[in-house]
Amino acid sequence: MSAAFEPVLLQRLGLERGQDLDVYERTGGYGALRKAVGSMTPEAVTKEVSDSNLRGRGGAGFPAGRKWSFIPRDAPVKYLAVNADESEPGTFNNRVFIDTDPHALLEGILLCCYAVGIGDAYIYIRGENVAGARTLERAVAQARRKGYVGTGILGSAFSCQIHVYRGAGAYICGEETALLESIEGRRPQPRSRPPFPAVVGLFGKPTVINNVETLGCVPYVIDRGAAWFKSIGPENAPGPKLYCLSGHVERPGVYERPMGTPLRELIEEHAGGISGGRGLGFVIPGAAASTALLPSEIDVAMEYDALRKIGTELGAGGIMVFDDTVCIVDALARIARFFRHESCGKCVPCREGTVWQHVILERLAAGTGRSDDLVRLKQVSEQIGGKTLCALGDFAASPPQGALRKFPEHFAAHQAGGCPITAPVTASGAP
Amino acid sequence: MTLDAATRERVAALATRYPTRRAALLPALWLVQEQRGWVPREELAEVAGMLGLAPADAEGVASFYFLFSRTPTGRTVIDVCDNIICRTKGAETLLSELCAGLGIVPGGTTADGRVTVRRQECIAACHQAPAVQVDLEYHGPATAAGLLAALDR
Repeated sequence: MSAAFEPVLLQRLGLERGQDLDVYERTGGYGALRKAVGSMTPEAVTKEVSDSNLRGRGGAGFPAGRKWSFIPRDAPVKYLAVNADESEPGTFNNRVFIDTDPHALLEGILLCCYAVGIGDAYIYIRGENVAGARTLERAVAQARRKGYVGTGILGSAFSCQIHVYRGAGAYICGEETALLESIEGRRPQPRSRPPFPAVVGLFGKPTVINNVETLGCVPYVIDRGAAWFKSIGPENAPGPKLYCLSGHVERPGVYERPMGTPLRELIEEHAGGISGGRGLGFVIPGAAASTALLPSEIDVAMEYDALRKIGTELGAGGIMVFDDTVCIVDALARIARFFRHESCGKCVPCREGTVWQHVILERLAAGTGRSDDLVRLKQVSEQIGGKTLCALGDFAASPPQGALRKFPEHFAAHQAGGCPITAPVTASGAP
Repeated sequence: MTLDAATRERVAALATRYPTRRAALLPALWLVQEQRGWVPREELAEVAGMLGLAPADAEGVASFYFLFSRTPTGRTVIDVCDNIICRTKGAETLLSELCAGLGIVPGGTTADGRVTVRRQECIAACHQAPAVQVDLEYHGPATAAGLLAALDR
């Protein structure tokens, strides 16, 4: 079944001038928007997306159609905020998708706005990705000239503006309420919920917040139908998925495969296996916030629920592969530094806890850990997880917590002042 | 008045583009950042005034973001990702060789004001590791020798 899989999201990869409107139209682009605006009610569009069971590709996996249906229909002003802030170590699929097929994103945005009755969409793109912002600005201008964006779209009563809004370098802006604060010109610190953004969102109005890849799927759901979408991948999490592979693999890159593709297949077949013929040390399957997996665990299906069952997360699909020369404690110390740096400082458990996690992991990595550091690390991480306004606290806490469970011998060796990796590795941290 | 007339005009246009004037703050700060290479205090205060914000309020926002530089930088800015994947692929070696070649330390600027090198968090280029941005354009896999040669051209 998976052998017959044809790329959907990356179907225009390598196509000459694939970013241009005429090429997009010639290859079927804006057909779904024509179909929706011409022959479907907004409710029918939402229903199709609900029926497809398209789940949010940002990591939470919340069904997109259900999210759209939370927005009060009669609210006069509503917004869509598109999360293109992609900043978590290990993820780069949004960047590749925007570079490849910007109009597919715009079409997904327009379909969402038509379904929910939204007049203004904001694409919030991380400040570093200047090229992506330029590509999107250009695509929006092209789409506006051809009547896909603006007033009276395709001769209908549907009007929609798309704004490209640049961040300026802060991981927290990928958190949905921090993202809204950022657009509003405030310090981007997460909001307390409730009220949820579906009720009080951007500029105080009901707001849908969707990931780039989620919206990228929507034109195909409308064009080919929910049944087609559900025929790809597992029933609980259907559709195509952009997996990012990086680290010690022969061919790092973005690979589009059905959701639920085994992690082993992605590493060994698509990314060409471990580089340099070395052994596998560990894999971080869902970017920096997910718990690392042992070599014995890589037959797992890469979808939300299967990964949660073994104590980790899909995240946005950022698979980081490390060979048997990499020390997990050293890797975790670097990841802890990231979360310390990116904690917004609003909630004390995260602001203080991420500092202590980093400090403890650094000294463990250096072999100068104190006798109670493993207990202390566990305690600190438990004081962060579940005790903050946003998920960044949980993101920061779960990698050390998970690794303490899965790599106990390695941590114990570090506490005793040595690292098993500095000597040739035979078997790394059996469960 | 420190902003030139054209920039003031563009900030004024941004101020009416969004539902609130405050929402124009980031785009306006980007104008200053891109024009001056950093965000001087006086310009920031002027932008704040045009958007109806207290200078301290705007400072609090601007200082949150890595890419709004609050001190002058070199004419070229190289951001070296040193996060987990780039680190695994040699970012620390790249950084030390690059800085040695320029005679600076990470975070520093060459004496002639030509180049600044900074450590940066993940830039979503793990497949290009070790990855850098030169004036926010992506490069990778990068080498210190390649970057130094490009700077000499």
